[in-house]
Amino acid sequence: MNENQLALSSSPHIHGKKTTRSIMGDVCIALLPALAGAVYFFGLRALAVTLLSCAACVFFEWGYRKLMKLDSTVDDLSAVVTGMLIAFVCPVTIPYWALIVGDFFAIIVVKQLFGGIGKNFVNPALAARAFLMLAWPALMTVWVPSMSHVSILSGNSAVPDAVTAATPLAAMHTGALPEASLLELFLGRTGGCLGETSALLLLAGGIYLVVRKVISPRIPLVFLGTVALVAFLFPQGGASGLQWVACSLLSGGVMLGAIFMATDYATSPVTPWGQVCFAVGCGLITMFIRYFGAYPEGVSYAILVMNVCTMLFDRIGRPRRFGLRKKKGGVKA
Amino acid sequence: MAHAFFGGIHPADRKALSCEQPITPIPSPKVVVIPMSQHIGAPCQPLVKKGDTVTMGQKIGDGAGLCEPVHASVSGTVLAVEPRPHTNGGKVMSVVIENDGRNTLCPDITPRGEIDDLTPEQLMDIIHEAGIVGMGGATFPTNVKLSSGLGKVDTVIVNASECEPYITADDRLLRQEPERVLSGLRIILRIFGLERAYIGIERNKPEAIAVLQRRLESHPGIRLQVMKTRYPQGAEKQLIQTITGRQVPPGGLPAHVGCAVFNAATCAAIHDAVYDGMPLIRRVVTVTGTPVTRPGNFLVPVGTLFDELLKLTGLKEPAAKILSGGPMMGVAQWRTDVPITKGTNCVLALSKKEVFSREHPHCIRCGRCVGVCPMHLMPLYLYDYERRSDLEGLQRMNVLDCMECGCCAYTCPAGIPLVQSFRTAKQKLKNAQNKGPEVRK
Repeated sequence: MNENQLALSSSPHIHGKKTTRSIMGDVCIALLPALAGAVYFFGLRALAVTLLSCAACVFFEWGYRKLMKLDSTVDDLSAVVTGMLIAFVCPVTIPYWALIVGDFFAIIVVKQLFGGIGKNFVNPALAARAFLMLAWPALMTVWVPSMSHVSILSGNSAVPDAVTAATPLAAMHTGALPEASLLELFLGRTGGCLGETSALLLLAGGIYLVVRKVISPRIPLVFLGTVALVAFLFPQGGASGLQWVACSLLSGGVMLGAIFMATDYATSPVTPWGQVCFAVGCGLITMFIRYFGAYPEGVSYAILVMNVCTMLFDRIGRPRRFGLRKKKGGVKA
Repeated sequence: MAHAFFGGIHPADRKALSCEQPITPIPSPKVVVIPMSQHIGAPCQPLVKKGDTVTMGQKIGDGAGLCEPVHASVSGTVLAVEPRPHTNGGKVMSVVIENDGRNTLCPDITPRGEIDDLTPEQLMDIIHEAGIVGMGGATFPTNVKLSSGLGKVDTVIVNASECEPYITADDRLLRQEPERVLSGLRIILRIFGLERAYIGIERNKPEAIAVLQRRLESHPGIRLQVMKTRYPQGAEKQLIQTITGRQVPPGGLPAHVGCAVFNAATCAAIHDAVYDGMPLIRRVVTVTGTPVTRPGNFLVPVGTLFDELLKLTGLKEPAAKILSGGPMMGVAQWRTDVPITKGTNCVLALSKKEVFSREHPHCIRCGRCVGVCPMHLMPLYLYDYERRSDLEGLQRMNVLDCMECGCCAYTCPAGIPLVQSFRTAKQKLKNAQNKGPEVRK
């Protein structure tokens, strides 16, 4: 049996079950409860926006790789995740054309121009949101009240009662407690971006990701913990510390950000201590912007700023070299 | 476990394929090919030539320096002394012996006396003359390990973890012949002048553990340490850390932290060398894998060709990959006329379905490689630096600490061949160092 038909490769010769595709598939599954919630709260337009966003992201990813004669990375489902997340951080009323511009920015400018999956240095979905906020702030800050279903066909201008609803965060930004009760905030029956309103459904997705070992709970817990601590120490609007903590955690995009955005592999540190520092930074900047910023919400900018520091945190959290510890009974030589 | 090492993985152990098969001596092979290089160190010079008659156990190769002699594993006639394919992928000077089937023992093979009458120096000499090397796969000369550890070692550890999937050779040895292992260990303890020792074994070998527990009642100084099943528990540095809490410093040897680790099969070989005068000419080999019809554990003369073993066990379907060693650190073979050497503990066949490869892998920075690396490295950065040939970065991130256990590549969801990349990286560093100091830094 000397004919060279035996496969040759470097060890190891067996491989674990997790693949990029299975991981991204799990993230999509984890986003489904929140998507279902969005459809319930805002109507079928939420579904249309999400599907269109995914389709556009996949198309841009496929087109760019094809055009540049690179291997196709559509199979890994990462573009689908980006598409879902972009839809989740936009208002349900966003015009379809603006959404597609955001998808283009995320996939082409932020992801592919820097080398594709794993190479982008900021979160594509959040970068797209930041871009849309700067380009068309009026489109990105239209809030419809929960349970007022928006027609699939309508554009922004065609929504009569769209402009009126105030988000809980807008109230908190002025230093007052939101009108919605804590239970409504927790369930998500409130105004806000398409996928960010329901803490309950986002948490369900987060627990799924932790159980499936797709993410470690470290970043979400430290992020939320930092937000809670700052809120507890500096309550506003005459609320008690705990009340303000609950409102801070349940309103705005902090749940979506902490569970799905700050845990993005490519743009968060890989070491445990790096992740802790990263998440503390996310929490602090979020609260800083909420208290002192011009915008009511700071989650997306907080994460974007910390994304840029990822390499620094990787360096800080670098594991101690094996064999170089000083401990009783340890190294003698 | 008080001092569990960091990282590691839990691959399916697949040991059930062969772990209930008792060790069986194989029918004597017609021809054996005995390579002159079966250990880390200088290769031997052949002591015989074409046409010579050799006896079983006769020394047929020896050399100076870090070199352990090799012996004929059968009796018969030397057919050739020429380079032959080796499991390391190249060709190595080998002595080819046609077996006369008589197993005529070399007259030198006689018991060396009672161990209490022998000095440590005499014992080490016997071990050296028997050509004993580490049989777990690394093939470090045992005699050098002993002599370099004299006066430094306070803890002797027998490595019975056998953490690689599929392999059951040590498991069977411990179940069937624990006394040989324990007796070999006693000899090691006598050389170091120590009383106490540990046997480290993974929890997934309950029968071997039960056997050892019974035997150890009459060996008060020897403690059985049952460890969690986790790859690479059997890696020397990780085993030392688990049992003693000590970490071998970078680039250091176990003796630097007062430890010496011996594979269970090595201990048995030491027993044979001292009590029977028998050099290391055969070993237990697990032949297994899903394509193998009758997987099992076999007592195999060194120099037996893989072909011979695979013929014996049969193949249900053509093997797509043949490995020397386990699936995590074994070496893929490009042909099957390569010989069993002193360090070959397993011949593993993988089916076409089991051969893994991925085209165009893209790192997604998930960090799993960092979480599993038992040497505390950051494989994703090493990979990046290797691709850019950033030698300074590679050195800063301690690529030379990598022991190529394969945890990172096993766990990488993108399927990046990380270990291969680090081998390349080490070679790049070596080349640069040979070129001159200006690139070294």
